[in-house]
Amino acid sequence: MSATNDQHGHEHPRHELSHYAKRIYAIRDLLLEKGVITEKDIQCQIEYQEARSPANGAKIVARAWVDSEFKARLIAEPKAACAELGIDAAALNEFVILENTEKVRHMVVCTLCSCYPRPILGRPPDWYKSFNYRQRSVTDPRGVMREFGLVLPDDVEVRVHDSTADIRYLVLPLRPRGTEGLSEAELAKLVTRDSMIGVMDALPTLP
Amino acid sequence: MARGHHDVGGLPNAGPIEQTQHELSDWEIMADAVNQALGVRGIKRTDEMRRAREEMDSTAYRDMTYYERWIASIETILIEKGILKKEEIDSKLAEFEKKWGEP
Amino acid sequence: MNPASGRFKQGDTVRVLNEDRPGHIRTPFYIRGKVGWVERVYGDFLNPESLAFGGDGLPKRTLYLVAFNQADVWGAGQPPKDKVLVDIYDHWLEPIA
Repeated sequence: MSATNDQHGHEHPRHELSHYAKRIYAIRDLLLEKGVITEKDIQCQIEYQEARSPANGAKIVARAWVDSEFKARLIAEPKAACAELGIDAAALNEFVILENTEKVRHMVVCTLCSCYPRPILGRPPDWYKSFNYRQRSVTDPRGVMREFGLVLPDDVEVRVHDSTADIRYLVLPLRPRGTEGLSEAELAKLVTRDSMIGVMDALPTLP
Repeated sequence: MARGHHDVGGLPNAGPIEQTQHELSDWEIMADAVNQALGVRGIKRTDEMRRAREEMDSTAYRDMTYYERWIASIETILIEKGILKKEEIDSKLAEFEKKWGEP
Repeated sequence: MNPASGRFKQGDTVRVLNEDRPGHIRTPFYIRGKVGWVERVYGDFLNPESLAFGGDGLPKRTLYLVAFNQADVWGAGQPPKDKVLVDIYDHWLEPIA
């Protein structure tokens, strides 16, 4: 733990924290004192983010793999389809599903900042926010995919989406061959976070 | 034409993607939560925070960690909107440091 | 999807303005001046260039998914089928006759 609690139950910084790390606690305390935000607001946001994880996306993808009518609804009305699975996508302005096929692979980046479907997948991974990814993904997507273990033949079209505006994208990876015998729950285990960003395919077999 | 320091798509000399993940510290989770809470309360918009990060010193933008940039932009926007004063934040910080000993 | 009031429809060939402006711009530098086509019309959205400075974001701007051949953006050497797709607002695009 990098913070201690004082008598008000607030976490406070210890002095080994960096300058900005300490400043957020000072800002937080002032905002609470002035009633700009409340302790409950902060707690709600922490809980909201903790409830978001790639497991949500995996559930969506696995359902789409086993239920073609669901997949059609997911592509046509992504937020409504998420709601069917109890996944709250309301906080997304617009949500768009990019369906991979044998001949087309999608990859998502935000070169300008780090736009990411947080209400579905949670916070983005460090690599997604890195300068190397933001710089290279648009010019060398195949090179990036290779680093993640995906080597694509030349006749596959690679479509890199630079997520610059109000749209948040989720890649619907290709269902791996030979998975006909797997249950929906097992299929979900093949769906990695990185496969929904599009830098790799879904896992070919259960981990 | 000037390219903003945030606008890095296609810049050359980028190395391999570092795939290791660090576990978020409490202060990073706090920065994230305060940022979101301010948004939910309608105090700030994401676009304003992005703009604040674009207006930062370019060296600082490159050198800071991700959530440090967030904190700097939260501070900028709150001061700009007259919700907090820099002096208040400084003196609150000084209180902390007094309580736990000088850094 | 939001209603769309913009100038372009799916399939239109467009050029991204090769402009520099002060302020908050969501059109990446690397795509300015490049020619692509409207892949999808997303509808009207608040203008981030106004929102970023505390404005109301009005009038709304139509947002498009614009596709570019990688070779047209970065030059020869890019795989011929590959594309880069960028979300771009109406006022950053111009028609190509």
